[in-house]
Amino acid sequence: MKAKIEIAGVSKWFRRDGQEIIAMQETNLSIEQGRFVSIIGPSGCGKSTLFNIIAGLIPPSTGRVLADGEDIVGKTGYVGYMLQKDMLLPWRTILDNIILGMEIRGVPRKEAVARAQPLMDRYGLKGFGGHYPAELSGGMRQRAALLRTLLYDRDIILLDEPFGALDAQTRLTMQNWLLEIWEDFRKTVLFVTHDIDEAIYLSDDIYVFSGRPGRIISKISVDMPRPRHKEDTVSASFMELKAHLLDLLSGGGEEPAAHIS
Amino acid sequence: MESVQKKGYVIHKLEPAPIHSVKPEKMQKEPVIVDEEGARRRTQRIVGIGRLTVGLLIVLCWELFTRIGWMDSYYWSSPVRILSTTWTQVTQGTLLEDIAYTSSSTILGFIGGTLIGSLLGLSFWWSRRFAGISEPFLILLNAMPKLALAPVLVILLGIGFFSKVALAFAMTVVVAALSAHSGVQSVDKDMEKLMYSLGAKRHQVFTKVVIPWAMPWMISSLRINIALSLAGAIVGEFIASSHGIGRMVIYAGTILDINLVWVGVVVLSVLSMVMYAGVVLLEKWLSKGYGMKKA
Repeated sequence: MKAKIEIAGVSKWFRRDGQEIIAMQETNLSIEQGRFVSIIGPSGCGKSTLFNIIAGLIPPSTGRVLADGEDIVGKTGYVGYMLQKDMLLPWRTILDNIILGMEIRGVPRKEAVARAQPLMDRYGLKGFGGHYPAELSGGMRQRAALLRTLLYDRDIILLDEPFGALDAQTRLTMQNWLLEIWEDFRKTVLFVTHDIDEAIYLSDDIYVFSGRPGRIISKISVDMPRPRHKEDTVSASFMELKAHLLDLLSGGGEEPAAHIS
Repeated sequence: MESVQKKGYVIHKLEPAPIHSVKPEKMQKEPVIVDEEGARRRTQRIVGIGRLTVGLLIVLCWELFTRIGWMDSYYWSSPVRILSTTWTQVTQGTLLEDIAYTSSSTILGFIGGTLIGSLLGLSFWWSRRFAGISEPFLILLNAMPKLALAPVLVILLGIGFFSKVALAFAMTVVVAALSAHSGVQSVDKDMEKLMYSLGAKRHQVFTKVVIPWAMPWMISSLRINIALSLAGAIVGEFIASSHGIGRMVIYAGTILDINLVWVGVVVLSVLSMVMYAGVVLLEKWLSKGYGMKKA
């Protein structure tokens, strides 16, 4: 299958105090249409740097980023982007926050609301459109933030630790909720997380980054059938993969791309 | 059910809780419901009554002490005399015109200073270099006692209306600019990032995020600025003027009409309070869209 996103030889250097510091070593990624791909790695391995580069917010020092074969280096607005903080504007209602992306693109409000309303009803925000973000729980706010990203209508969605600030139970609910949305919309998802369980549970492919300066040390495909259930997270193959990933992250060294089912 | 020993963990047996540990007759018959709203209303009423009493007491003591000679009525005047002088000034003098003159220069200076200052502060968002170059000068202007400029402004703009407006403007513009600048600096960088990732242009980030974000900062400067603006207008009238409450106070002082000085002080206090109340209403109206906390 043709690659939806291709990252070729992308690296990032900074200059600080006259010294050149490498934030991310040359990275190559190729992600197929409709896949759910996670990136895990220790803090400061350049995961967020990579996301900012793909989102066009910072230019890479070397390399190219292609989406559908088109160079998108330095071009914003090509991918949907969501951060750990929900980044809802506190003076806007949930509905007005969700349609923000469409508003920026100049979609008339009436049309935007008509598109947002059924999604809100369907994905757990029914009746919350008129509320302000401060009145909602963390999980609900993340739902709103994700719907905003979704309604921005890009084929590619970058999620930078979206559930990192949530408690364990809400997190599990949100993971299932995210999978449901992903099954419905079949977007290509790039997901950054610290949580190995989360990465295995959600992903088709997992890229493992090394510590600073970051580089990819392994690519793993998870063949667990979908839809997945919480029982799968205690299955033997899940545990085996988890042990393997823990090994890699704690400096188990480099190895060629593995394939575990 | 007994506790179960598994490999690596134990599932404990739970004891049923004793149900009748508290005897029924010891329990309260009526549930205790705290009437929070009623308590708040009572507190409000007591505060209101207290304020009124203290105010009346001050006026009464003032009147009484000047009558029995504990306070020299030549310097301290007295509430009754102040009232009667005020009445004479309203009916035979130009007190109402003076009030209109002082308040209009104050309000014009306040509006101009707040608008231009806020725009200047907001403009610092557009360029970090521009902001960096301007900052020390803004701080210098803030530190400078603007009232010392009054003679220059009067010479420059004449003894008429506009020198007072200019002074009120000078008093407020820097505070407004600094407030808007802090507001702009507090904008979450990630929020800007998110806006750009949604394909927003700079002007969209500015109107949809930066201005509303800085709004509470700008609003908070309004209360300070209305008082500063009034002070500017009065000092302008002190220097040289043919109208206004400030001129009336200076004039009364030179002819040793202490009663009239007191009239000026009282009128200015009332004027200041009315304007303050106006600003509070303006604040409420401006922050209407900010339902961040539950309304």
